Parts: sequence; C-alpha cells; structure tokens
Amino acid sequence: MSKILKYAAAGIAASLATGLLPGQAALAAWELNMPVGVTELSEQIHRLHMLIFWICVIIAVAVFGMMIYSIVKFRHSQGAVAAKFDHSTKAEIVWTIIPVAILVGMAIPAAETLIRIEDTRNSELTIKVTGYQWKWQYEYLDQNVSFFSTLARESDAARQLHSGIDPNTVEHYLLDVDKPLVVPVDTKVRVLLTSGDVIHAWWVPSFGMKKDAIPGFVNELWFRANQTGIYRGQCAELCGRDHAFMPVVVDVRSKDDYQAWLKQQQGGDSASATAAVEKVNDGATTAIVAKAE
Amino acid sequence: MSTAHSHDAAGHHADEHHDHGPAKGWRRWLFATNHKDIGTMYLVFSLIMFFIGGSMAMIIRAELFKPGLQLVDPMFFNSMTTMHALVMIFGAVMPAFVGLANWMVPLQIGAPDMALPRMNNFSFWIMPFAFTLLLSTLFVPGGAPAGGWTMYPPLVLQNGTSFPMMIFAIHMMGASSIMGAINVVVTIMNMRAPGMSLLKMPLFVWTWLITAYLLIAVMPVLAGAVTMLLTDHFFGTTFFEAAGGGDPVMYQHIFWFFGHPEVYIMILPAFGIVSEIIPTFSRKPLFGYDAMVYATASIAFLSFIVWAHHMFTVGMPLAGQMFFMLATMLIAVPTGVKVFNWTATMFKGSISFEPPMLFALSFLFLFSIGGFSGLMLAIVPADFQYHDTYFVVAHFHYVLVPGAVFGIMAGVYYWLPKWTGHMYNIKLAKTHFWLSTIFVNVLFFPQHFLGLAGMPRRIPDYSTQFADWNMVSSIGGFGFGLSQLLFVYLIWSTARGGVKATDKVWDTAAPHGLEWTLSSPPPYHSFEVAPEVK
Repeated sequence: MSKILKYAAAGIAASLATGLLPGQAALAAWELNMPVGVTELSEQIHRLHMLIFWICVIIAVAVFGMMIYSIVKFRHSQGAVAAKFDHSTKAEIVWTIIPVAILVGMAIPAAETLIRIEDTRNSELTIKVTGYQWKWQYEYLDQNVSFFSTLARESDAARQLHSGIDPNTVEHYLLDVDKPLVVPVDTKVRVLLTSGDVIHAWWVPSFGMKKDAIPGFVNELWFRANQTGIYRGQCAELCGRDHAFMPVVVDVRSKDDYQAWLKQQQGGDSASATAAVEKVNDGATTAIVAKAE
Repeated sequence: MSTAHSHDAAGHHADEHHDHGPAKGWRRWLFATNHKDIGTMYLVFSLIMFFIGGSMAMIIRAELFKPGLQLVDPMFFNSMTTMHALVMIFGAVMPAFVGLANWMVPLQIGAPDMALPRMNNFSFWIMPFAFTLLLSTLFVPGGAPAGGWTMYPPLVLQNGTSFPMMIFAIHMMGASSIMGAINVVVTIMNMRAPGMSLLKMPLFVWTWLITAYLLIAVMPVLAGAVTMLLTDHFFGTTFFEAAGGGDPVMYQHIFWFFGHPEVYIMILPAFGIVSEIIPTFSRKPLFGYDAMVYATASIAFLSFIVWAHHMFTVGMPLAGQMFFMLATMLIAVPTGVKVFNWTATMFKGSISFEPPMLFALSFLFLFSIGGFSGLMLAIVPADFQYHDTYFVVAHFHYVLVPGAVFGIMAGVYYWLPKWTGHMYNIKLAKTHFWLSTIFVNVLFFPQHFLGLAGMPRRIPDYSTQFADWNMVSSIGGFGFGLSQLLFVYLIWSTARGGVKATDKVWDTAAPHGLEWTLSSPPPYHSFEVAPEVK
C-alpha cells in the first residue's frame, strides 16, 4: 500500500514537473508526456497537444473546484440547509455558449495543423512501405533499392516465452531491427503505405505521424526530419500474433551519408567490390604520394 | 403510503382469480415473466460476466507486469484482449443496465410489469446460450477470437473455428438487446401511470428510453457487418476484400456506425442513475431537468455522426477528417451541460455521503477525466499520435469503469435495499468504494503516460522504457480486481438478510420517485392499480 502511495505521489509530482516544463523530459523510464519529436509536424502536433491539455486542465480546475467546494461547503453533517432552486436559464445559456467558444478556439489551430499534415506535395524522396505479418518492406521508388526490415535477433531471442533472457540486458528491446529505413535529414520524404496481408499501421512517434497500411489500398504521409539520429516506433494496428514484434526503425543521416549509403545499396552484390576499389584507389594514392616524397 | 394501501386492496381482489406468488423452484426462473425476477437474473448474469471478463483482464495485467513474455503465448494474449472486451461490453455492462431497467422502469413509472413479459423472458434466456457459445471458443482448435473485439477484416478472417461461433454469439446478443430495447420502449410509451407526462419521467427512465432507441437503431447494423464477414469467409463474397472490389475500411465505417452509439448505450443509463442519486443525497431537486433531457437527446443524435473519429488513421479525405473532428468536439457541449447541472444540483444543497452518493461523486470526477481525454482524442493531428496507444485504452477505461461500471454500482447500492428489503453494511460498502476508487486510478491513470510515451495497445510485451508504469498499472489492476470480491459479498449477504430497510430506504435524505412509495422489498406484483402522479 505504501509503495502504491509512493508511486502515486511520485506520479503527481512528476506530472506537475513535466507539465510546467513541457518537452524537457528525456526518454526515461517514468516518461509522462508525448516526445516533442524531430519534425516540424511533430513539433506542431506537440504544441497542439499541450494547448488542449492546458485548456482541459483549466476547465478541470474550474469544474472540479466547484464540485469540491460544494462537497466541502454544503455538507449535511455540518447542518447545511438545501436551497430550493432547480434551474437558471441564464446559467444554462452561459455554460452552453462558453464551451462552444472554447471549442472553436481549439478547432482553428487543429484545422491549420491538419491542412499541413495532408499536404504531401513537393516531396523530394518517395518510399513505399509495405506491411507484412510481421515485418516491413521498404522500397525506394525509382532508386532500385528494396529490402525487408525485421525484429533484431537479440530482441527476438529474448522475447520468446520462457526465454530466460532478461529484456533489460537487450539494447533497445523490441525496438531494434536488422536493417533500418535510411533517409536523409532536412528532406521532405513521402511515405506510401500498403499491406500484403492484414492492416498494419506505420508509426514513428518522433515524426508525429501514424497511418494505416491497408491491403489493396495506398495511403500516404510525409515527414521532414531536422536532426540526424535513429528514431524508433512500432506497428500500431493489431495485426495478429506478433503484432508487438515488428518495430519501425528509421536512421536519419546527413545528405552525404545518405547518398553514400544509397550508392552502396544500389551496388547490390557489387557493393563490396565498390568498397574494395575505393580502398585500392586510396592505397594507390598513398603510394603515389609516398613516391613523390 | 396510500399507494401501498391501494395495492393491498387490489391484491386481495386479484387473488380471487389467479395465484400471485412466485412459482416454486426452477420454474420461477426458467419461465419467469415477472420483471423483478428477470431483472434479478440479468443482474446476476452480468455480475458473473463481470468476473469472467475481469479474470481475463487479470491475465492481461499479469503478462504486462514486466517486460518479456512470462505467462502466455501472444496469440492467447490477443484472445484475452478480444474476449475481455466482448464479455465486458455485451456480457457485463449492457445486461446490467437491462437488469436495472427491468427492475426500475416499471417501479418508476408506476407500471405493474414490463409490457412484453414473455419476450422479456426470451431476451434474457438467449444470453446464457450466447455466452456459452462465445466462451466455449476458448477450448476449440485455434483458440478464441484474437483479432480484437472490433473484428477488423482481413485479420478477423484468420481466426479458425472460433470465427463463426463468435459471429453467431454476437447475433444472439444482438437479438437479445433488440428485444430488451423494444420492451423498454413499449413499456415507457404505454404504461406510465396517469399524470406522468414524458417530461415528468425520472431521468433514469428518460436515459433508458433514448438508449433503447439507440439499440434498436444500431444493433442491426452490427449484425449486418458481422454477417458480411461471415459471407466473406464462407460464401465467397468480397465485401471487405480489395482484390474482389471490396474495401476493408468499409467494414470499419459500418462497425463504428454501430460502435459509437454503442459507447453511449453504455453510458446514458449511468447518466440517468447518477441524475437520480445526486439530488437525493443533495436534498435538492435536480438542476435543469429539461436541459438534462435535451442534452441526453442531443448526445444520442450526435453519436450517429461521429463514428469515423475511431479511424482517423485510415486515410480519409481532409474534409472528412475536419467534419468528424468538429462533430466530435460538439459532443463536449451537451456532456458539459450534464456535468455542470450535476454540480449545480450539489451547489447550495445539503450533501451526505452514503455509498451510492460516493460512487456517483467518483463517477462525476473520473468520468470527466475520461471526457477530457476524449476531447483531446477528437483533435485529429493529436489523434495521429494518440491513436491505438495506451492513451486510448486509458480514455475508454475511464469512461467505462469509473463511468459506466461505477454508475451501475451506484445504482445497485441505491436500490439494493429496496429490492431485498435489507440494508447492507454501510461501512463495508464504503470500504469497497474507497478501494475501488483508489485502485481504478492506480490502474488506469498511468496508462495515459504509457500511451503518450509511445506504447501501442494490444501488445503482450513492450520495450523496457515502459516497464515502470506498467508495473504500477498492474498493481492497480490486481487491487481493483480483488476489491470487487467485497461487492459480491455485500450483495450476497444483503440478499440473505440484515437490518430491515424502510420503504423510503434513505430516510434522512430526499429520494424522489414512485419506487419509494412501495414497501421494501416491493410486493411481487406492484402497482396493480396505477398510482396517481400529480
């Protein structure tokens, strides 16, 4: 019991703290709020989320305050005598109109953000993502690059029933794949989503976007990551037995690194050969320089 | 008191032509046509289902206690989430409200019984068969349904033997609900005591009348949707298969056209119960009765035009998303009116805190929290983040557990002495209240954090960053589950005996309505002569 109270107290304290300092919390165990993300859209969504959250908090303080005041003030045990009134047209009109006004205030920024989200024009790179039970396929359209992305081996071994492996010893447990999606930073990437079997949903929280991958249909979403790094998400639509085990991992690289990676991928089997040639060339240059000296 | 006298007189007179006591033994229950007996059966049935569905929740929370798979196979886990929802929605919450309607609607409108007693019997007795069929899927090859209670194709078509069993079970539940709803409508429309105009009906009756219309409107839609699944699976149709010109998303539209009104089917009667209890223990008439009725009707109407907010991520046109966002936000207005009116009822009242009032107050606060998260979910861009995460799980459990379930418990604590003629142990009931309220928050509040941090719903295992709050949530779950044993004990002991309850039951408070003019327990056949309502 005391443990629970401690947790509850920690929870309340922590929610107050994160509430006051939105976006400061790192991806920690006692995470309380939505991460801010690394795209314009996710930042905008986060702002919207905080805005509605605070509006709700203000309404809650007012309404709950009134309830608590009534409960404390008008107690039968304290000899309170009930009044007789049973309606007030004025009050009822007021508390119908005020919420409408608040809702309009919330709807305007929401609509603005939504319009931006739906604007997939002028993308610089298009990737087709296909969901399968239980992995993702990434195809770089017109680039001749395509591969599957499945749960990393260490996670897969640890997640088996009675595996005896402590998940805490596995780095990025259930959020790691054998081969992540690689995209360039500061580039508008359009993602086309579909599925080969049942409905899945592709979601990277740091990009702010989630959309269903539906068999026989193509959905689209876009993102423009403004920071390099590795971003992790999961399938977000129940898709069968291993729904929990098909993570989405996106590796955002600098434009140069991305080009280099893309070249390597396009090389296919000759990729290692290309790398070898580069090495030889490097060696040759060194040799020439040495000779000159 | 005068009604009780007139009943006695009527009773003597009636005795001359037929027997009035309940039948003996099993005949009383199997052939029941008495609204009180059928109401009791519904309530007992729903309590059993509450514990079956609850045990499934315990398995879910046990598996999620810490990261890694410890107890069950992911497929079985998916069966548990699916069955937990189906059992709780169709087996626990809905039949509990039908049971309350059976008991209380005739007593509150001064009618001798439900209008269609044999159909009443039939609609109840379908339920045990429907749930035997549904629960038996746990033992068939391939296991119980595991595609989620929403039964989205194509996933649902991957279920094995359990698939047609689930569909037929749902058809039976639907038939039962429709019959129950027709009975409520016919009773309320035709059997009100002289003088009880529509706008004099108690709010519980009003909310049930509106709920009954919702049921009649949407249960056939669900039946249609699942029948199309059935023909897709067995008869070669392709309603929901793109390869044959169908569309899996169309299923979602049809399902949620049922599903959203269904949400209000599960909450409107609770609104009604709370609207009875708060004035009683505030010793003050309900504030804004007419507005409450109109707000309920507006919520019911709006519930038909917001369904797609359950599926914002399917890729709808911008205009569609805008419409469903705005329509959904609009529901906050009538819902707000209700919350404000309940608060205004307490304002300048004289409040005491008997168990029904405690549950009603808890409902007021915690349902409002569920309302706030609902408002957040309506905002489409934010919903792209919240959708299918534990934030949604937290939201609907706040409106369904401290919302609908606490509403039912409040009603049971309010009317149980009337039904049984015995007062329960108030102290124990208050203990049950405090344990439930504390644990329900420990259970569901952290799920908001989990969802915002990025934990998807319906997963048996999770990344280690979600470990701490999941453990807290599980502890809350076990505490909440165990606390409910007290509820069963209280009901059982009160039914068996205890301090005699007076006719008014809540003598120091101000209960209002015809049910309090009857004896406790009421005679087996009550209001054989209709009371006069001024």
